[in-house]
Amino acid sequence: MASYKMHLLVCGGTGCKSSDSMLIVDKLNEELKSHNLVDEAKVVMTGCFGFCEQGPIIKVIPDNTFYTKVKPEDAKEIIEEHVIKGRSVKRLLYVDPKEHARVSDSKHMGFYKKQIRIALRNCGFLDPENIEESIAREAYGALGKVLSEYTPQQTIDKIKKSGLRGRGGGGFPTGLKWELAAKSVAEQKYVICNADEGDPGAFMDRSVLEGDPHSVLEAMAICGYSIGASKGLIYIRAEYPLAIKRLKIAIAQAMEYGLLGKDIMGTGFDFEIELRYGAGAFVCGEETALIHSMEGERGEPTFKPPFPAVSGYLKKPSNVNNVETFACVPVIILKGEEWFSSIGTEKSKGTKVFALAGKINNVGLIEVPMGITLREIIYEIGGGIKNGKKFKAVQTGGPSGGCLTEKHLETPIDYDNLIAAGSMMGSGGMIVMDEDDCMVQIAKFFLEFTVEESCGKCSPCRIGNKRLHEILTKITEGKGTMEDLELLKSLSNVIKDTALCGLGQTSPNPVLSTLNNFWDEYLEHVVEGKCRAGQCTALKKYIIDPEKCIGCTACARACPVNAIEGDKKMPHEIKQELCIKCGSCYEKCKFNAISIK
Amino acid sequence: MKNVSLTQFQLNKMALIDIKINGKEVKAEAGSTILEAAHTVGIEIPTLCYMNLHDVGIKNNPGGCRVCVVEVVGRKNLAPACVTEIMPGMEIKTNTIKVINARKTVLELILSDHPFDCLICAKNGKCQLQKLAQDCGVREIHFPGEQSTYKPDFSPSIIRNMDKCIMCRRCETMCNKVQTCGVLSGINRGFTAVVAPAFEQDLVDSPCTFCGQCLAVCPVGALTEVDNTPKVIRALADPTKTVIVQTAPAVRVALGEEFGLPAGTRVTGKMVAALRSIGFDKVYDTDFAADLTIMEEGTELLDRLTKFLNGDKNVKLPLLTSCCPGWVNFFEHQFPDMRDIPSSAKSPQQMFGAIAKTYMADKLGVKREDLVVVSVMPCVAKKFESQREEFKVNGNPDVDYSISTRELALLIKQTIGDIKDLQDEDFDRLMGESTGAAVIFGNTGGVIEAACRTAYEIFTGKTLEKVEFEQLRGFEGVRAGKIDFNGLEINIGIAHGLGNARKLLEDIREGKSHFHAIEVMACPGGCIGGGGQPLHHGDSSILKARAAAIYEEDESKTIRKSHENKEVQQLYAEFLGKPMSEKAHHLLHTEYFDRKKKTIE
Repeated sequence: MASYKMHLLVCGGTGCKSSDSMLIVDKLNEELKSHNLVDEAKVVMTGCFGFCEQGPIIKVIPDNTFYTKVKPEDAKEIIEEHVIKGRSVKRLLYVDPKEHARVSDSKHMGFYKKQIRIALRNCGFLDPENIEESIAREAYGALGKVLSEYTPQQTIDKIKKSGLRGRGGGGFPTGLKWELAAKSVAEQKYVICNADEGDPGAFMDRSVLEGDPHSVLEAMAICGYSIGASKGLIYIRAEYPLAIKRLKIAIAQAMEYGLLGKDIMGTGFDFEIELRYGAGAFVCGEETALIHSMEGERGEPTFKPPFPAVSGYLKKPSNVNNVETFACVPVIILKGEEWFSSIGTEKSKGTKVFALAGKINNVGLIEVPMGITLREIIYEIGGGIKNGKKFKAVQTGGPSGGCLTEKHLETPIDYDNLIAAGSMMGSGGMIVMDEDDCMVQIAKFFLEFTVEESCGKCSPCRIGNKRLHEILTKITEGKGTMEDLELLKSLSNVIKDTALCGLGQTSPNPVLSTLNNFWDEYLEHVVEGKCRAGQCTALKKYIIDPEKCIGCTACARACPVNAIEGDKKMPHEIKQELCIKCGSCYEKCKFNAISIK
Repeated sequence: MKNVSLTQFQLNKMALIDIKINGKEVKAEAGSTILEAAHTVGIEIPTLCYMNLHDVGIKNNPGGCRVCVVEVVGRKNLAPACVTEIMPGMEIKTNTIKVINARKTVLELILSDHPFDCLICAKNGKCQLQKLAQDCGVREIHFPGEQSTYKPDFSPSIIRNMDKCIMCRRCETMCNKVQTCGVLSGINRGFTAVVAPAFEQDLVDSPCTFCGQCLAVCPVGALTEVDNTPKVIRALADPTKTVIVQTAPAVRVALGEEFGLPAGTRVTGKMVAALRSIGFDKVYDTDFAADLTIMEEGTELLDRLTKFLNGDKNVKLPLLTSCCPGWVNFFEHQFPDMRDIPSSAKSPQQMFGAIAKTYMADKLGVKREDLVVVSVMPCVAKKFESQREEFKVNGNPDVDYSISTRELALLIKQTIGDIKDLQDEDFDRLMGESTGAAVIFGNTGGVIEAACRTAYEIFTGKTLEKVEFEQLRGFEGVRAGKIDFNGLEINIGIAHGLGNARKLLEDIREGKSHFHAIEVMACPGGCIGGGGQPLHHGDSSILKARAAAIYEEDESKTIRKSHENKEVQQLYAEFLGKPMSEKAHHLLHTEYFDRKKKTIE
């Protein structure tokens, strides 16, 4: 194998790829070729670096120089300056949002400083389409160790002791789940990987599958050995073509290398993995719905028990874990359960990947130790609120999580603290909101998603969420009453108590948490007819200041509904009953005479 | 939906475990649900989507409506009683304020997405949602909002008004698990989720057999039969029309239920009196045509059997009965490659129509166009059957209007009120005489028993000492019986419920069937459990009472073998010649069609 002095890692995740990162790879290769450097430096297409906001990204190894927002035409300069002359291309370096200075390498970037990457350990480091690169970073080492040194029960005990909990949302202890499936007696059992990532904005599972597919395949085999299953199924949404492609390549390569298939590593253990495609229904992330979808039935949940560990896919015992959960398993085996459990809080061990989004400077995928505070994530890793605005809330746990506020900023993040605060871990969505966001609108926005994604099986979720959404709409239109606020609360609680599955039971969270944390904002909407964020159009009021208005008639001419009256050179007036709040007058006025109340 | 769970408690079924319900110590069978356990001690928990077909071993308990939620101490959410299995030491509270509030809210939600046209709804007074709303004291809907609307679907037999669907999924269970037709399933998501044929096709374009089992279990007015009574009333009011009526055997043992009589009360004479009093010009009996069916189908069986015994390799055996229109639709859709196996004999309804509009019209001196034939059937598929093109002459159907037992009850209530105090009357002649063999057509196994009574005597030349063939009776879904035809062993198969019929058909297709003749009825129990009968909501004791009444009616007859029916003999002598004559073939036999092309593969 050739050895190179320098590696140019180019992000090949979905985000960067759609910004032409593949063209960058080609251009870099062309330049290397034209400078006769193909034996000196190597261009590697890797998985996601996580800092998607700044993509396409190139990282240069060994010096960790981190180039952001690279364009294909920058390839020439990178090769000529960095590779040949050893000088970094300053203009492509990351600018720290607080210091406003360029940062020389990734080690000094606030975005990465507090991160500990376990599930994402290989994302951005290796070529996911080349199994040898994965093997060089210890892929299948854990499987080998388990097969040769541990009994299934010993393996399960290690996972139990590590404290690993399900990363898909529920937070059920993984080792315990494996143990339940192991105890079920059946000729055929299944290991199922839940790759039906459905939270809007969350893409950690996709990143792992695109950037490090072997870690998941290996973990599934370890799980298969532990519970006595010879078959693995990955339920992946068909909207993830790149992840599907890389999984297929990875499975084929692992089969070729004898790391999957019959008699793995000569130990007599057989394990095969197949892909199953989902059509992108959010509810199919719920494990019973997922199983029904794989069976060809309508993707809707059924009552548990029976749990999949007893009666799952084709009524056989099945263990369902999420991608990120699986990605942690090989590291736990290799580095030891004590190492893993030394990270995190008392009841939540290890790390969690979050998809940081919203009104924050550093949008992207981050992996942080459990127990980190929201403040550290938002202000240190996230680089603070965009455009110097004021922080208002952060929504965690995806569409059915809750909105946390200023008072929660110091709370150490783990499964239990989030639930206690009225939110949840979910699969790790984290959306930051600033003073310009209306919390009623936010609750309505998330409700819209669950209304759309409810399977429709149980009445509270099918009809109840629709009614919650209607009441919220009424409030944002300025027609809400105090009774509506009471109804919101009581209906939300009934839905939580009576819905069939996790989706329905958590869908009122955005409503309840905003009612709890932003009650005064709801009151303002209902009692004062006011939206402080100015997001509720119906509550906006455009007013002309007669002191400032010179009667130029520009606003009256711009008004599409002739709601503005006034003689030339005389102060004008907006007839509120006619105004449709389009804002045309506001934009036209050159004298700042129009204000929004 | 049947939940298969293999918890250790279920494995030790029959073991009793201790639980507490509303503070009461209860010993309940392990593996049972909270709902079942509560029922054993007289604590009733309201349900809506739940349905238990004990005899078929199929439950519909998707846990979807959430009306049956109860509190289980130690659990944070409320538990649906219909699917939650009891566990040792479980403490259940069925009537706390939390439960009552949740139940009422859930009901309000369901009602908020349900039309308020109760006064003119076909299920008014029989609607389970209506009753539940009353029982739970719902007087106000706090959540007015958008209601879901869907394209209405009118077929000749069934009307789907999905605006009223509450997603209980009972119809889906009947269609898929019991009947294995696979027509109805949940489609769409969220608020627009509804039960419908694939791609929201109309039922007529789907593989629907119109058996009506779906509408028989629908708790609301989402699935109802087509109401033909207005057309019947119009015909009765038309002085230029002669309106005659035929009544199927199963109607007379169930009609009384609609007037508060116990299940299994025979009201044959009162029914005849009622029909006459409503104004039908003649009141005839479909049983007459059932005897005629036996003459044709029995002769066909003997013909095929004789050919088979003589070594004819091309003869199709087993012979399948063809009286049931749901069953005919089923094999036309699902097994069209085997459509040359069923008997070509028309159903009794259609035989009656064909003879009525020829032989009888002449006798009555009425022109075909002026004769209106109404049938009263325990069935909704009969409506579809009567509208088949092959059963019309120049567009004029042999049977003009088919109404169900329920519709007849409605007609009686609208006109003369009640039947209980009517004096028994007898059917008109001709086409009014029937034998015991014809009556038992209403029960599963009855057609084939009737056929055996006749075929045996004709084949062996001997008189049957005992006309009851007990080995053909019963309620198991698939049954087999052996009949000794003078040393020749005849193997008879019986299936009721289309899921059971499918099994027998698959055996035939694979060459594994050893039967000479098979009777199939689409509805569980046969016609007594038909989709047009008074609703029994899966209560098998009602079906059993009706079945017993059918056998009583048979026993009460002096003539119990079809070939001894004097009027049938007269019909052959005067008009048809002999069974399977050319004329009989023309009027009393039919052909079947391949409808599979309509099935989406």
